[in-house]
Amino acid sequence: MKGFWLLLVLVAAAKAEKGFTGDQVIRVNVKSEEQIHLLQALETAQEWEVDFWLDPVSTELPVDIRVPRFSLIPVKEHLTFHNIPFTVMIENVQELLDKEKAEMEANQMKERSTRSLNFGAYHDLNTIYSWMDTLVADYPNLITKQHIGVSYENRPMYVLKFSTGGYNRPAIWVDTGIHAREWVTQATGVWTANKIATDYGTDASLTSLLNTMDLYMLIVANPDGYVFSHTNDRMWRKTRSVNPGYACRGVDPNRNWDAGFGGPGASSYPCSDSYHGPSANSEIEVKNVVNLIQSHGNFKAFISVHSYSQLLMYPYGYVCSSANHQAELHSVGRAAAQKLTSLYGTAYQVGSICNIIYQASGGSIDWSYNSGIKYSFAFELRDTGRYGFILPADQIIPTASETWLALKHIMEYVRDHPY
Amino acid sequence: MRLVVVLAVLMGVSGIPDVTISPPTASADTSAHPNSIPETADESEQIKARTEEGAEEDVMATGELNPNHYPARRAAQVVQHYLNTRYGSPFRLIGVQTVHSGNAEDVADSGRKYQLELSVNDIITNTTKTCSAELFFPKGKGQQPPEVKASCEELLKIDIKAQEEALYQKYKTNQTLMSAQYLPDSHGHIEPDMKPFWHLGILASSFIMLNESTENTLYNVAQVANITQLTTEEDHLEFDCHTLLHEMVSQEIIHWKMLFTWSPAEGVKVVQMKRLPHRHEREKSPKTN
Repeated sequence: MKGFWLLLVLVAAAKAEKGFTGDQVIRVNVKSEEQIHLLQALETAQEWEVDFWLDPVSTELPVDIRVPRFSLIPVKEHLTFHNIPFTVMIENVQELLDKEKAEMEANQMKERSTRSLNFGAYHDLNTIYSWMDTLVADYPNLITKQHIGVSYENRPMYVLKFSTGGYNRPAIWVDTGIHAREWVTQATGVWTANKIATDYGTDASLTSLLNTMDLYMLIVANPDGYVFSHTNDRMWRKTRSVNPGYACRGVDPNRNWDAGFGGPGASSYPCSDSYHGPSANSEIEVKNVVNLIQSHGNFKAFISVHSYSQLLMYPYGYVCSSANHQAELHSVGRAAAQKLTSLYGTAYQVGSICNIIYQASGGSIDWSYNSGIKYSFAFELRDTGRYGFILPADQIIPTASETWLALKHIMEYVRDHPY
Repeated sequence: MRLVVVLAVLMGVSGIPDVTISPPTASADTSAHPNSIPETADESEQIKARTEEGAEEDVMATGELNPNHYPARRAAQVVQHYLNTRYGSPFRLIGVQTVHSGNAEDVADSGRKYQLELSVNDIITNTTKTCSAELFFPKGKGQQPPEVKASCEELLKIDIKAQEEALYQKYKTNQTLMSAQYLPDSHGHIEPDMKPFWHLGILASSFIMLNESTENTLYNVAQVANITQLTTEEDHLEFDCHTLLHEMVSQEIIHWKMLFTWSPAEGVKVVQMKRLPHRHEREKSPKTN
């Protein structure tokens, strides 16, 4: 009698225990009607509490049985005694359940993090880099993350490549954050990457564009500078390379390109915020981009995004004479700026760098244009000086949204005018 | 164009009938800043060299100007600084909205003269006014400030006297002196009750920006790093202020310290101003990697 009560307690305890630890799922490939009857009888053996996941119906179909841990031995002995071979499908049901739960939670968190990144706030480098990974994980068929090199201080530089396939398709380049303090640009890059990811498949124009062209986005073109602008000096502009013999660090990465390098509009003094550097492409951040563009060989548009001043510009900066495609570039720029203005009334000026803002040598879009990338543009985003570099975070999304209309226009034009 | 010049000159001479000059801040003649202490000639040379680093195109734009190109826009910015020194307030900040037309010419060997038609707007109330302005950038040794004459329609129409009085009384009688740092902060945020002090910092800086402007500069206030109220027995509030100016052409951030006063009656008067050394002159030796 005592033994029976003990058994009951044990069974009760086992039943009360939440979960399925140690339970197994075994599979029987039934060979005869007799075996089917036997298995059906198993179901009525209530003390074993087996749970059929696939019922014994015919000899054509397997029978899957979840066997609780406490009845594993008797059930297996029973099957063996009746010459019913079986295999263990799941060694430990609870383990599988736990794994599944963890996966679900991870997926939920992933969903939460790409969607819950506050696009209307400024984020530090680590946050942006983590977010990039979640974006890629959410859109694996559209976006890949490419490591294009490291910065002076050995930080990775990542490009997001938007591609629906093909091999070395004609491509569009967009960079933001080449100047560290221009925080609205990195933030705009983040918003825009997300916008493209979410709109692909629903926006007809964007979808057709990505079905024939690739898009490369370098969101933090100057990671060292960006970090420094968070930790030390909000107004930092340049890279953080060491200038031998000088206490001041850094080179203006937008005076370092091989286009009229060292000419007017750039300083030869290392402490200057427009210091061009010892030689063209001396800055590894610039060299990494040059390498990518040159080895790819099939870029059709190159767009650099800066702030502030509300301008949309095309080459040249290093000279004030007109580029060969001046008329076309001006026309595209004007139309793009009109699209931008249509959203909130934000006014932009359009023109060549040299005419609109200043003569400046060694700039990125002069280099890209002279490399044969006809559709080369530079943006200066909001505002016109009231807040300047420290644009309030609540203007990030409006800025990115209006800029997107201009970017889209340029990209559509590039798509429709292959060369 | 000539009519505009005549009008501008007439207006400059006879005063502007429909604009009440309530706070007599700086006079139109910018060399008569109240009690401002200009920097030494050496320093001003340095700054001029720095801002003209990587010099502009050899030929200055002359004749009719393209209103979207930088010569007209830089001149318009100077007008903005001038207007803020004259009409600005903790509750009124003026910004250039559009340049409609412009003209530039050489004046013998003494300098360059600009005429502009532009629209400005009162940033806080978002009202737009048209203005005519005439500027003269002197040539020659040392940093000579530009001379500006401008007349705008009805700039002072919106009444801010009550707000100014309230602000004045509050800080004249407060128990502790106010002090604020980083307006705006790195994320562009300013506490609403600190905004008037941000504006005061910009106004005081406008005297400096006006003083420092040439055809080769474009100044904005990047940030008010610190503004601290000081005790005073007199009928105004007194402040010590450290601001960061952004000079667009050189892309430099230039630090200035100022001592200035403000009252509704007198407006802003800059008592002392001093350029702080460049960042690298204050930087320690580089840390080892």
